[in-house]
Amino acid sequence: MNGRFIDNLPKVYGLYTGGFLVFIGLMAVLEQMGVSSDTLGILFVAFTIAIYAGIGWLSRTMQVDAYYVAGREVPAFYNGMATAADWMSGASFVAMAGGVYFGGYGYLAFIVGWTGGYVLVNSLLAPYLRKFGCYTVPDFIGTRYGGNTARLLAVIVLVVASFTYVTAQINATGTIAARALQIPFEVGVWFGLLGILLCSMLGGMRAVTWTQVAQYIVLIIAYLVPVFWMSNAQDFGLIPQFSYGAAVDRISELEALHGVGTLMPSEHFDGLRALTTPHAEAANSAMASWKFITLVMVLMCGTASLPHILMRYFTTPSVKDARRSVVWSLFFIFLLYFTAPALATFTKLQIMDPNLTTGIIGKSIADVQSLDWIQKWASVGFLAISDSNGDGLLQINEFFMRGDIVVLATPEIAGLPYVISGLVAAGGMAAAMSTADGLLLAIANALSHDLYYKIIDPEADTRTRLIVARILLIIIGAGGALVASLQLSSILGAVAWAFSFACSGLFFPLVLGVWWKRANRQGAIAGMAIGFLVGCWYLYHVRFAGGTPWLGLDHLRFGIVGMAASLIAMVSVSLATEEPDEETQAMVDAIRIPGGKTILDDAQ
Amino acid sequence: MSKKQAASLHWRRTRKLTFTTLAIWFFFSFVIHWFGAELNSFSFLGFPLGFYMAAQGSPIVFVILIIWSVRRQETIDEECGIAE
Repeated sequence: MNGRFIDNLPKVYGLYTGGFLVFIGLMAVLEQMGVSSDTLGILFVAFTIAIYAGIGWLSRTMQVDAYYVAGREVPAFYNGMATAADWMSGASFVAMAGGVYFGGYGYLAFIVGWTGGYVLVNSLLAPYLRKFGCYTVPDFIGTRYGGNTARLLAVIVLVVASFTYVTAQINATGTIAARALQIPFEVGVWFGLLGILLCSMLGGMRAVTWTQVAQYIVLIIAYLVPVFWMSNAQDFGLIPQFSYGAAVDRISELEALHGVGTLMPSEHFDGLRALTTPHAEAANSAMASWKFITLVMVLMCGTASLPHILMRYFTTPSVKDARRSVVWSLFFIFLLYFTAPALATFTKLQIMDPNLTTGIIGKSIADVQSLDWIQKWASVGFLAISDSNGDGLLQINEFFMRGDIVVLATPEIAGLPYVISGLVAAGGMAAAMSTADGLLLAIANALSHDLYYKIIDPEADTRTRLIVARILLIIIGAGGALVASLQLSSILGAVAWAFSFACSGLFFPLVLGVWWKRANRQGAIAGMAIGFLVGCWYLYHVRFAGGTPWLGLDHLRFGIVGMAASLIAMVSVSLATEEPDEETQAMVDAIRIPGGKTILDDAQ
Repeated sequence: MSKKQAASLHWRRTRKLTFTTLAIWFFFSFVIHWFGAELNSFSFLGFPLGFYMAAQGSPIVFVILIIWSVRRQETIDEECGIAE
């Protein structure tokens, strides 16, 4: 191949995608030849990680621009894929469909929130931050408002939000590695971290960008192939996403038949749930509607404040490309998110419908317990069956499982070959690794660029800066793995908190920095500090101190309280103090115009 | 048109586009889901409408909205002569 890597992207990733499909075919052949499912799982995970590590090695760099913003030469289409991988975490991949399975309509707030947030990113922030030309999100706060206090506060909020999120991702890589490679979870966590660091340490943002594109291709193939296969095998139509309406209706009938929502479980298994929520029944009280839309709001504003997402838009060649790459990001994310409810619906139907061969509810417990997938997942504690009423038949309230199973075990439930399960494991690994990479880099970059270079040692040379950045990456990664190995919280709980932390502290200081010229340093400091502290206090109040939530705003929604405090504090303090100087106001004017040099280049 | 006038016209039009975009976004993010139960009594493509809007309808609207909004913004940039 001639020319630079950047000019050959369609060829490189075309070959890569083709190669991956050939690899899947090869695994299918091996399966036919009698190679064990354990070996296939190991091959899938090891092969894909080896590819990512290879890309990470080829992208190594000692240039500041390449390390922090991938040289600002990532085309919109590829940045869209990288952002989608950065965005869709292990939780999105593994737990989203399971969430819809158990939560029904209420859980769809995650789908609405995690797509609509990108409208905010595009309209309010991404193009303006790209024009600004910063390396990190605190870099924008620090320069727009001036002074080290504002910069430091932004770093603190960034670290808390991203660290909460990254432990969940390392936890997910550990879980998948442990299962696929048959190693203990504690070892799996460190193995996952090693893979993550191989992708990011040598090449910073450049390496993370090109591995994330590769990871997106793996994760989207791994998510869509089983759904299409299953749907076509069961006659739901060629594009199941548009034709599962009938399945939703059928589930409503079966829910009445099986007593979903009326039969409550009488036993308890740690980490497992029985189905008790009707699938499509929408919020039918003002309180329920309010809870739905407040969750949507926290997730959207959190999306627009999470630094590992915003910094992806610093890597495009122009402001126009930054906007276009938000469009591509949303499109690539949408592909997975509009499939998740379809997958949840199909899986539920397969389990519940007595007319299907896969149906288990209402069948005899002895028969169900002899099924392969039941035995396999029960043996690792992912599901449990208990004949609570002793009638020998399996009722809906006697079948307990983990939400993750919907994605991980669906290929087996539907009787697809094991090669598909191996593919799904590789996809989950790709999703968790790509998000962990982006988050670790966001934290390490903020600490190395904003804390070390801008505040502690502005004289540091390029070499020292990049070495410090890498050392920090290892330390933070190890910290994350350590916390993850303690298994303190469930995967999804911690993820939702990260959104609330981020929007409590950063949403208004970022947005008003662009959209309100009058916003000044004192206002921003008050907005970040008070928003973040009030958010933290409220989380403590409802989650740990046993306080009663205000207006139904529970611990998943504490960002609403934080954001309100942040807005009030920022506006009132800004208005009570002097307006920003002319230089700052001119800077805001310049951010709003797409053409011309970036603000930071102009200043040098 | 001086550079300053162009910039101020550009920002006025950009602001208007942003408000329009966010108004549509607000409707499909919050307003419509407030009435999820009411919408569920209608059927769309075989789905209960409230379920459909949350699972698919709103995300599809967001994708179309963002494409439209970015195109409009590019036109505004060019017409004001301050595109890159």
